[in-house]
Amino acid sequence: MAGHQTEAQTKMPLSAWGMIVALGAGSLYWIIIAIYALDTPMRFHALLFAAAFIAGIAVLGDTASNGKADKRGYNNQIVKYGVVASVFWGVVGFLVGVVIAFQLAFPQLNFDTSFLNFGRMRPLHTSAVIFAFGGNVLIATSFWVVQRTSRARLAGDIAPWFVFWGYQLFIVIAATGYLMGVTQSREYAEPEWYADIWLTIVWVTYLLVFLGTLAKRREPHIYVANWFYLAFIVTIAMLHLGNNMSVPVSIFSSKSVALFSGTQDALIQWWYGHNAVGFFLTAGFLGIMYYFVPKRAERPVYSYRLSIIHFWALIFLYIWAGPHHLHYTALPLWAQTLGATFSLMLWMPSWGGMLNGLLTLKGAWDKLRTDPVIRMLVVSVAFYGMSTFEGPVMSMHWVNGLSHYTDWTIGHVHSGALGWVGFVSFGAIYCMAPAVFNVKRLYSLVLVEWHFWVATFGILLYITAMWVSGIMQGLMWRAYDALGFLEFSFAETVEAMHPYYVIRGLGGVLFLAGALIMAYNVYMTAKGRVRGSEDVPLDTLAQPAE
Amino acid sequence: MAKFSHKTIEKNSILLLVLTLIVVSIGGLVEIVPLFWIKSTIEEVDGVRPYTPLELAGRNIYVREGCYNCHSQMVRSLRSEVDRYGHYSLAAESMYDHPFQWGSKRTGPDLARLGNKYSDEWHRLHMAAPRSVVPESVMPGYPFLAKTPLDMRTVKEVIAANAKVGVPYDEAMIENAAADLLAQLDPYGDIDGLMERYGDNVAIRDFDGNPRMVSELDALIAYLQVLGTFVDFNAYNEQAAGNER
Repeated sequence: MAGHQTEAQTKMPLSAWGMIVALGAGSLYWIIIAIYALDTPMRFHALLFAAAFIAGIAVLGDTASNGKADKRGYNNQIVKYGVVASVFWGVVGFLVGVVIAFQLAFPQLNFDTSFLNFGRMRPLHTSAVIFAFGGNVLIATSFWVVQRTSRARLAGDIAPWFVFWGYQLFIVIAATGYLMGVTQSREYAEPEWYADIWLTIVWVTYLLVFLGTLAKRREPHIYVANWFYLAFIVTIAMLHLGNNMSVPVSIFSSKSVALFSGTQDALIQWWYGHNAVGFFLTAGFLGIMYYFVPKRAERPVYSYRLSIIHFWALIFLYIWAGPHHLHYTALPLWAQTLGATFSLMLWMPSWGGMLNGLLTLKGAWDKLRTDPVIRMLVVSVAFYGMSTFEGPVMSMHWVNGLSHYTDWTIGHVHSGALGWVGFVSFGAIYCMAPAVFNVKRLYSLVLVEWHFWVATFGILLYITAMWVSGIMQGLMWRAYDALGFLEFSFAETVEAMHPYYVIRGLGGVLFLAGALIMAYNVYMTAKGRVRGSEDVPLDTLAQPAE
Repeated sequence: MAKFSHKTIEKNSILLLVLTLIVVSIGGLVEIVPLFWIKSTIEEVDGVRPYTPLELAGRNIYVREGCYNCHSQMVRSLRSEVDRYGHYSLAAESMYDHPFQWGSKRTGPDLARLGNKYSDEWHRLHMAAPRSVVPESVMPGYPFLAKTPLDMRTVKEVIAANAKVGVPYDEAMIENAAADLLAQLDPYGDIDGLMERYGDNVAIRDFDGNPRMVSELDALIAYLQVLGTFVDFNAYNEQAAGNER
């Protein structure tokens, strides 16, 4: 072991030495913080940071010399790690979702503890699925796509690994923080100030790796998928910095105080919150759509011109939509109206993009019958179309008056998150898995079929249950009796939700089961196995019956 | 002049980056920046004061436990909401809330006007076992709050940090933060300083019913009991110029 270490060190580039110095200084800083920490979470996180940095130094020699290139010189190793992390965090995130869904149906499942109650577990679920699962999918696919569409190896040797492991560290800091009660209470941006600073460093490195790869490209044009990835990376950086401005109580404390307050703070939060949807969960995943749908269908993107309009209109309009989260509140009406208007306009580029994705299948629709992976990708685009229609409807004042604060919002989010983000991610994972594990094909396409149908059924249970409960709750809140009194107490409306919360939980179980099937499939693929009954060449499987 | 072609942007990653940044900045700038200088954004009302150190400590526990995940603090200007909860929320009522707690979901009811609606005793029972007072409730139990001593190590620093971001806490309030926190729990103690600094509208009593310990429940109930009580709506004229929404 020691001999191997020395050998690696002699070959280590200067940047690796710089990294060792930075990580060394960083771990020293965190050890000092751990000693003087004012609260337990801060001490725990400081030790975690220090341990991670020291572990980083230990593996740096290996990392700098690895990243075995495939025959075209691409860095597939990092994508492999990304695929594994995506599957892992997906299962974790969905599992926590199932747990909190049942906590709402059966509150005894909170067990009267601080660590496991709904208030701390809900951010754990949202962050795990959006940032841990979705973020890893985005990092992995963007690294995959940018290399292939630029015909260039990923920029940097250490930097991509710093992005990957730095991001995993951020996830662990955020997740353990929630369970210990460390939160800014800013939805989808709950991690505290020190985690935010760390994410900023990681994210800027991500941007540089992406730009650096584009700079090395041997294609004159930057492919459309990369426009979306680039817009996602840079806009998330802007939103993250804008929304997380705060003053730490002390550098030894995990607590900070938000820079802005009340009305202004509310709009800044929803400017962030809605565009986390717009840029993290939409623009980034559209990058996936624009690469993997044409690739899998073996057809060019339907319309180049539509791609251009789709891109610029989408990123311009999305930013304005935040105020529709604040209808009828103390936010000035002019801002609410702007938010509603732009949300309605957003419907057009969204459907333009959906049509561009769907019509790419022109002349290849038969593949839907024979290839469950492309079916997953196409159904995801259909869900995208559905939720981007529902969104503008819900952002109109008169609809929002009913839907806001109810489960309808939760149903809407999940039709987008499970249907669109989930399925397009699964499709991309199935596309990349054989190549990153250097095997010929997936372990089983039949299991992909199973994943598809089990998860689809789960989504339908989920969103229909939430539509019914949400609209019912909204109607019950505003129901008046013949004498002009409110008809229902709040507690009565809570009681009425129970059956739908159970159905929603079962939908979640099915979606989780689908993800477990995927995890098994990917695991067996990694081992180079092919399921017995499918051990025949793929092209004979795909023959339509005469 | 050569005809513009999108190919120019497609061939230059830095140009693409810069144009993207410009395009995504516009919406935010137009919607957010004016909120800081248009005066009518926040109504001018009497009564809204900074939280006392105890209330602020309770607010931090409210944030820590993620109460905002299920409770809004924003009564919308809709008839059914005003009938259910009380006067619609004013922007001024949350102007010292760093961060805001308007929420986005009502799995439980809105809390913007919760203050003085229930007794301390009700809150104690409700926190320990929610279904003992509301059988239909799906709220988690928080029995540990009554048993956990309030962490007093950063009381002063929290007030000072709030002062830094613009909450009108003065030097005396920062200096006496810990003393003011303890004073609010003991109506027979030295409460003059606290009253002088925060005014008459401060509830002074032992909120958790356990005088032997300053618990997290003390702080949380003190916070819940002050929610929505700052503005006297009998004196507030919503039709006055500048107050119309």
